[in-house]
This record gives sequence, C-alpha cells and structure tokens, in this order.
Amino acid sequence: MRNRKGIVFLLVALMLFSVCFAVGCGKTETPAPDQSKAPAPEKVLKMATTTSTQDSGLLDYLLPKFKEDSGYRVDVIAVGTGQALEMGKAGDVDVLLVHSKAKEEEFVAGGYGTYRKDVMYNDFIIIGPASDPAGIKGSTDVLDAFKKIANTQSPFISRGDASGTHNKELSVWEKAGIKPEGAWYVETGQGMGDTFRVANEKKAYTLIDRATFLANQKTYQLEIMVEGDKNLFNQYGVIPINPEKFPKVDNKGAEEFANWMISEKGQQLIGEFGKDTYGQALFVPNAK
Amino acid sequence: METIIQGTREGFWLICNLDAELLQITRLSLGVSLTALIIAAILGIPSGAALALRNVFGRRFWLNVIYTLMGLPPVLAGLVVYLFLSTKGPLGEYQLLFTPTAMVIAQVLLAFPIVCGLSARAVMALPQDVYDSAVTLGASRRQAAWIIIREARMGIIAALTTALGRVIAEVGAVMLVGGNIKGVTRVLTTSIVLETRMGHDARAIAIGLILLMISFLINLAILLLERGSFRDDNRIQIT
Repeated sequence: MRNRKGIVFLLVALMLFSVCFAVGCGKTETPAPDQSKAPAPEKVLKMATTTSTQDSGLLDYLLPKFKEDSGYRVDVIAVGTGQALEMGKAGDVDVLLVHSKAKEEEFVAGGYGTYRKDVMYNDFIIIGPASDPAGIKGSTDVLDAFKKIANTQSPFISRGDASGTHNKELSVWEKAGIKPEGAWYVETGQGMGDTFRVANEKKAYTLIDRATFLANQKTYQLEIMVEGDKNLFNQYGVIPINPEKFPKVDNKGAEEFANWMISEKGQQLIGEFGKDTYGQALFVPNAK
Repeated sequence: METIIQGTREGFWLICNLDAELLQITRLSLGVSLTALIIAAILGIPSGAALALRNVFGRRFWLNVIYTLMGLPPVLAGLVVYLFLSTKGPLGEYQLLFTPTAMVIAQVLLAFPIVCGLSARAVMALPQDVYDSAVTLGASRRQAAWIIIREARMGIIAALTTALGRVIAEVGAVMLVGGNIKGVTRVLTTSIVLETRMGHDARAIAIGLILLMISFLINLAILLLERGSFRDDNRIQIT
C-alpha cells in the first residue's frame, strides 16, 4: 500500500502544517499580558482612512498611544477617501478619518455618521521635475500653475481614484476653468505613494499631500514647485458611524477615538509627528 | 539598476534578521493559503473525480464552467466575496469582512476550480484498463473508483501545487476582503503593495524573496514526497 502515500500523506502534511500555523498565528494575536487590567478580550475598532495617513507613518505613531489610553486596538483599512466613505455607508467600519470636507458633510447629512469633527490639516503641494517644462517653480498661485501646465501640455499625473486628493485636484482644475484632457493628463487610479512613483518615473507634475511627499522625498527626484496657496488646504475630519443605522458598529469605541484625536493630548501628539525626522510637522492639529 | 541591487542586498539582510512582523506576516500568508487549499482539496478532488467518472447531468457543461473559473480574476473573486460579506450583503450579519476567514473564503473560490478541473482531467486521462482490471480483480465500484483516483495522484498533486501557487501569490482578492490590516490580515503580497507605495523598495524586495522561497520549499517538499511514493518505472523513458 505504498502507493497510497502520495495524496494522503500530502494532505495530512498540509493539514498539520496549517494547524501549526493557525496555532502560531493565534498566539501572536493574543495581546501581551497586561498586569494593570483584568484579562478582558481585546477591544478592536475598525477604521477606514486614506492612504496618506498610513503611508506617512502617522497612524503607526498615534495608534499605539491610543491603545495605551483606551485599550482599543485600531484595525486600519487604508483606501481612497471615496472608498472609505463607501465602507462607512455600508456599515463595514466603525469610524472614518478622511479628508474631503464637502463629501464628509454630505455623508453625515445622509445619516451615515453621527457627526464630523475637524482633526488636523496638512497642505497639498505641486511637485515636478527639476527641468520644470511649464515654468511654475516658486509660484504661490496654484490656479495659474495649473493653467500653465495645461497650456504647455506638460505631463501631469492624477490619482484618478475618487480620493480626497483627487477631489481636491478636480476642484482646482474646475476653479482654473480647465477640463484636463489629452495625452499629457494621466490617471493612475492608485494611492498617493504609487502616484508619486509614477510621476517620478514619467518626470511629470502631480498634486501631492506634503506628508507623503516628505516621507518619500529621499527615494524620488521630484521637487516642490508650488506651495502656500490657500486652495491647497487639506482638512481631515473624523466621523463615527451611526449606530442607529448600523447596530453592529462599535459606536462607543468610535466616539472614544474621535474624542481622543481632538483631545489636548491627541492634538499635541499630531503636532509633534515628523519634527524629529523631517524638521517640520507633517500635520497641523486644528480641532475646535 | 542600482536600486535593484541595493534592494536585493538589503532584502537578504532583512531575511537573515527576520523581525517579528515579517515572521507574523509570513505565518499568516501560509496559514490562510494552506487552509484554503485543504478546503479546496476536500471539495475539489471528489467533485472532479465525480465529474470525470459519472454521468452527471450536464457533465460537459459543468466541466466547461469549471475550466472557465480556473481563470477567474482574483480581484473579481474578491469583489464577489466582499459584496456577500459586507454588512449590506446577504452574509453581513456574520461580520466576516476584513478577517482572515474572509481571505480563506476568497482563496477557496480561486483554488477550487483549479483542483476540481485538473483532478477531473487527470482522472479522465487514465486508460479504461485501470477500471477493468480493478473490477476483474474483484473490486467493488467504490473500491475501483478509489483505485482510479489513486492512479491519478500525480495529476492531482500537480493540481494542488498549481492551486497553492495561485492563491499564495494572489493580491487582488485578499487586499479587497482582508483590507491589509496590520497584524490581522496583512499577508506577504499585500505587504509588497504597501511597502512599494511607501517607497520602501528594499523591504518590498525582501518580502518578495520570502514569497519565492516559500514556493520553492513547498515544491521541494512535494518533489521529495513524489520520489518516495512513485516507483521509477512509472516514468516514460526514451530508450
């Protein structure tokens, strides 16, 4: 019966394998024993947020501190603001941290969130190649810069993913009175980090949040072209999902997170993030 | 080119100094994909054999469907699972979205057609003599069917290897239904996407190397198993 070995042995081996790993995984997920508290089950909060907050490293810095204070482990799902809002509308997450103010207010008005509060802002900048084909370097007028890029048909990379950054970019084109079309206007449909990479490869202009730019600056060659325009203001808001609409969401945890983010401590931590690495804060806290 | 060399070098260094996070990600990747493979095997091998051996109603049609699904785009499988598991979806109340379970479900969807379809093909490729001689030697129908599956084991093992290779290297579905949550649903492939997005090329390459090494080791294990289980005269030889 040596022949039978083939499949049976393979299946048994695989099963043992995966049982071992399942056990192994289970172990790592168990929180370290906490002497100060009773061994209550770990509380988990699901947050949908933008790729910018994750890719900049802000959440890796803030969330462990929030866990210390609240006991909540926050599971982060980083997508574009558009997709994050959709996850909120489906009740698949407990809280949102996104940046597309008009859409967020619409979201709360639709009854999907209990409220929306300002947390912090960062700014967008236009970056581009040192050769600067549109001649916009040093300008502080983003509308003028966009017009010049369009007029010279200089390559411009757009997120094209209905994210907060993409919405911001579209609003600037609209204010500048331009419909961006043509071979020079490229939509990646990806996150900010990916889009930065594409722009760098294509030696093109792109609109980027300062946090992602600073975090990736050393890897790529693009330079800051335009900054300091009020149109480039990028406000983040926190929204707990409405438990009346979705009974399964953890509203208590969501509120605790929102309150912590706008608390004195949360705000101070946000204001310090990035200073040691980049010499400047990546996000400016502005909760009221 | 410099980035690639630099990244590969740093990558090897990272593997030598495996940190806890990389280890956990690797374990989860293996755990999810192997679990999916076992489920797909339990469902797929018998159903593939049944499709090959029995006169199931609409047999050709079902085989065609299975063969088509062998090329199911992972991200589509992910989308379907996502829509079913989302709170709005029919299975929403079980709260499975963004859990390893959801990732296993999506991967089973991808692995099952491969295991089923390739098993069916392996069984169909056997000559009629296998059944005839089993029956002549006094085997019941059930026993004969088991002998046939056993004789097709080489093809079935190939099916399992192919299916595992597909699910462990797949990123679209697990990204959608898992959400790439750190420490919970982040696996090797979604880590590569994230690290690339963050500009950490070396780490991305390191994780890619781990993925390749896993594939290599699994195939090596299967090769060794085959050696122990097959006599050499099974092989076609040109003399």
